Amino acid sequence: MLAETERPVLSLRGIVKTFPGVRALDGVQMDLFPGQVTALIGENGAGKSTIVKVLTGIYQPDEGQITVDGAETQFPTAQAAGDAGVTAIHQETVLFDEMTVAENIFIGHAPRGRFGLIDRKAMQDRAREILASIGADLNPATRLRDLGIASKHLVAIARALSIDARVVIMDEPTAALSHKEIAELYELVEKLKHQGKAILFISHKFDEIFRIADRWTVFRDGQFVGEGRMAGTSESELVKLMVGRAVDQIYPKRPARIGKPALTVAGYCHPTEFDEITFTLHEGEILGFYGLVGAGRSEVMQALFGITQPSKGACRIGEDVRVIRSTAQAVEAGIVYVPEDRGRQGVVKGLPIFQNVTLPSLRQTSRNGFLRLAEEFALAREYTQRLDLRAASLDQDVGLLSGGNQQKVVIAKWLATRPRVIILDEPTKGIDIGSKAAVHDFMSELAAQGLAVIMVSSEIPEVLGMSDRVIVMREGRIAAEFEGEAMTPENLVRAAVGIGAQERGEAA
Amino acid sequence: MTDATVTPTGRQIPDRLVSPLARALKSWEMLLLIVAAAIFIANSLASPYFLDPWNLSDATFNFTEKAMIAFAMAMLIVAGEIDLSVGSAIALCSTVMGLAMAAGAGTPVLVLLGLGTGLACGAFNGLLVARFGLPSIVVTIGTMSLFRGISYIVLGDSAFTGYPASFAWFGQGYVFWVITVELVIFAIAAVIFGIVLHRTNFGRMVYAIGNNATAARFSGIRVERVKFILFLLTGLMSGIAAICLTSRLGSTRPSIATGFELEVVTIVVLGGISILGGSGSIPGVVIAALVMGLVTFGLGLLNVPGIVMSIIVGGLLIGVIALPRLWTMIRRR
Repeated sequence: MLAETERPVLSLRGIVKTFPGVRALDGVQMDLFPGQVTALIGENGAGKSTIVKVLTGIYQPDEGQITVDGAETQFPTAQAAGDAGVTAIHQETVLFDEMTVAENIFIGHAPRGRFGLIDRKAMQDRAREILASIGADLNPATRLRDLGIASKHLVAIARALSIDARVVIMDEPTAALSHKEIAELYELVEKLKHQGKAILFISHKFDEIFRIADRWTVFRDGQFVGEGRMAGTSESELVKLMVGRAVDQIYPKRPARIGKPALTVAGYCHPTEFDEITFTLHEGEILGFYGLVGAGRSEVMQALFGITQPSKGACRIGEDVRVIRSTAQAVEAGIVYVPEDRGRQGVVKGLPIFQNVTLPSLRQTSRNGFLRLAEEFALAREYTQRLDLRAASLDQDVGLLSGGNQQKVVIAKWLATRPRVIILDEPTKGIDIGSKAAVHDFMSELAAQGLAVIMVSSEIPEVLGMSDRVIVMREGRIAAEFEGEAMTPENLVRAAVGIGAQERGEAA
Repeated sequence: MTDATVTPTGRQIPDRLVSPLARALKSWEMLLLIVAAAIFIANSLASPYFLDPWNLSDATFNFTEKAMIAFAMAMLIVAGEIDLSVGSAIALCSTVMGLAMAAGAGTPVLVLLGLGTGLACGAFNGLLVARFGLPSIVVTIGTMSLFRGISYIVLGDSAFTGYPASFAWFGQGYVFWVITVELVIFAIAAVIFGIVLHRTNFGRMVYAIGNNATAARFSGIRVERVKFILFLLTGLMSGIAAICLTSRLGSTRPSIATGFELEVVTIVVLGGISILGGSGSIPGVVIAALVMGLVTFGLGLLNVPGIVMSIIVGGLLIGVIALPRLWTMIRRR
C-alpha cells in the first residue's frame, strides 16, 4: 500500500528489542520519506520511545535491520546516528542552561579554527544563519536559561539542523507549548518539509496529527499494526488500531460488594497540575484512573497522600473531613500510596526487607519508642508471605530484589498499616508476569475484604480487567467516568485523547 | 479499620541467613578494634610512660570533648546531613557563659546558658535546613563564620577568665581515682546515643532518611522534623562540650575550639559512618575516638610536633578508609 514512486530515506524492518521480562519492540517496521511527516501513534507503552532510542543509537536492537538510502546500516552510538543524519528533539529537550544559544547548537561539533580551538565567530555566524532559516529571532550569544520553553525548542531544532539532519524525530514537541507557539511550530515543520527532511512526529493529540502529518504508523504493545496515508483515514479507524484488541488476559476480578463511601474528594485544585477533581471511592471498590502520561493522575494521588498540598478542595475519609498536610497524616487517616517510581519513592534501598515493611508501622511493633526486632520480623514475615515474596532472607537488602518483589515489599509495607484506602500508581509497570499476577490477585482479594482501592494504570487491559469503575483524566481534569457496559477500550482512549465524546457512561 | 487478611500462599522466608554475631565479627568496628589494640600495644612498647594510669587519664582529654559532639554528628551524617558549625558553636556558647560569668552568674546559670546557647545554635541550623530546605553544608559553613564572628565582636583580643571554682569540676574534676568527669560524660553520651540510634524508632527513621529521604517521606516519616531534632541534638552536644572545654581551660578566647568540626567529622568517618549517609554505628565512633586519642597521645609522648601529628592523623584516616577498598581490589586480581 506504500511503495509508490518515492523511496524512503530511512527504513526499519523486523526490529526487536527486549528488556528483562519485557518485549518492548517485537518486529516492528517503519518507513520515513523525504519531505513528508510521518505520525507515530500508539498507547503508552506501545514502544514509541523505544523506537526513538533505536533510531538515535541509544539502544541497539536485538534483531532487525536499519536501512538508510537503501543501504543497510547500524547505529552503534548516538554519534553514528547523527552522522547518518538522524536527529531527535525530545519530549524534554536535553540542552545546557548555562551555555549560550550558539554553544548549545554546536555542542560536540563546533567549527574549529587554528590549533583546534573553537572558532567562536564562525560558530556565531553559522548559528545566526540556521536560526534565520527557521525564522527564529534569537541572539546566538544569549544564555539558554534566559529563554522560554518555546525558544528552547527552536534552539533544539536549530541544533538538529546544524548537523545537516535528513531525518528529524519530534517526540511530543507540543507538549509544553502554548497555542501560539504550536502554530509557529507547525510553520516550522512545513519549512522542514520543504527542505526535504523526513519527519517522524510522535504525538498523542489527534488534531495536530491530522493537521500536519502526511502518513501514519501505528504500534501496539511493541508490535507494528499498520501504516498508511493520512488522507483517507479517520480518527476512529486510528483509535481502533491503537487499542484494537480484546481484553485477552484473565484478570482475577471478583464481584465487588460496594459499601459505604470510603473517600470523598471535592474540588481538588492545584495551581499547575490539576483542576476541580471530584470523585467518591467506596469500600470494596476498585476505581481505575486512566489517562495519558502527564494527564495529572499521579499528581492528584500524591496530593491525596500529602506529598503536595492542593490549593483548594477538601477530602473526607469515611465520615471525617480531613486536611492532609503530610504523608504521616495520610497514613494516620488510613490512606496509603504505592508510588510509580518504585526505586526512588517506594523502597528504601540499603535497608533490609523487614525494616522496609515495618517503616510506617514502627509505632505498632515498638514499645515506648524502643524497637522490638522480634515483633518486626513477625509482622514482616506475615505480610511478605501473604504476598508470596521471593527472597533469601528478611534481613537481605531490599535493593537486591527484583522489581516485582520490591513492589511486593512496598505493598506489604502498606498492608501492615491496615489502611482504609490504598492507592496503587502503575502497580504492575515494569514487573514480570508472575509478580503481576500476584499483585492483581492481591488487589481483588483486598477489595473483596472491603478495602477501597484506587488503581492508576496506563494499561487498558489492566484498567478494564480490574476496575469496577474508571475515571479518565485529560490535561489535569476528569474527562469522563465509565461504568459497566461503557467501559470499552475505545471510550477510554477517546476520552483520554479528547476526541468528540460519545460517552455513554455518566460524564463526571 | 479494614482487616486486610489474605490467605497465606508464600513460602517461609528465613529471618536471617547470617547470625548477628558472625556479622559483627566481619564488621568495620571489628577492624577498628584491632587497629586500636595494635596502636595501644605499639604505644606501650614505644614509651615507658604510656601505661601510667594518670597519663592515660590525661590522654582522654584528647578526644572526650570532640567525641561527645561526634555522636550527634554521626546521627546527623547517617541522616545525610552535616554540621560544620560545631567548633564555632562552642565559641559562641563559651562567650555567652563568659559574659554571664562577668555579670556575676553562678555555676548553675553558666551551665544552663551553655546548654541553651548550644540548643539555639542547633535550632538555627535546623530551621534553615529542615524548614527552608537549604543544603546543610552551605548553611553550616555560613553559621561557622557567623557564630565565631559574634565571639570575636564580643571579645576582640581579650579573654574571659576567672570562672568560679565550682565550674572547674566539669573539665578538671574526677569522679573517682583517674576517671575524669569528661570521660564519664563521654561514656554516658555513648550509651544514650547508641541506644537512640540502634534501638529506637527514631534511630530507624534516621537510617531510612539517610538511605532514601524521598522514600522515607513516602513511607509516612516526618523527614523535616527528624532532621530538625538531629540539628538540635548536635547543638546540645556542642553546648555540653563547650562547658567541658571552657571549664578545663578556665578561660574563653574567641579562638576556642578552632578546627573542632574537622576533627569531629574525622572521628565520625573513621568510625565507619558513610559520609554519604545511611550506614555506620555508634560503637564504631566510640572506637574511632579511642584510636584518635591513642594516636595523638602516643605521638605526644614521643615528642612528635603537632604539625607532623596532623599529617599522621590525616594519613591514618585515608589509610583506614582505603583499606577495605584496597583489600577487595587485591582479592579481585
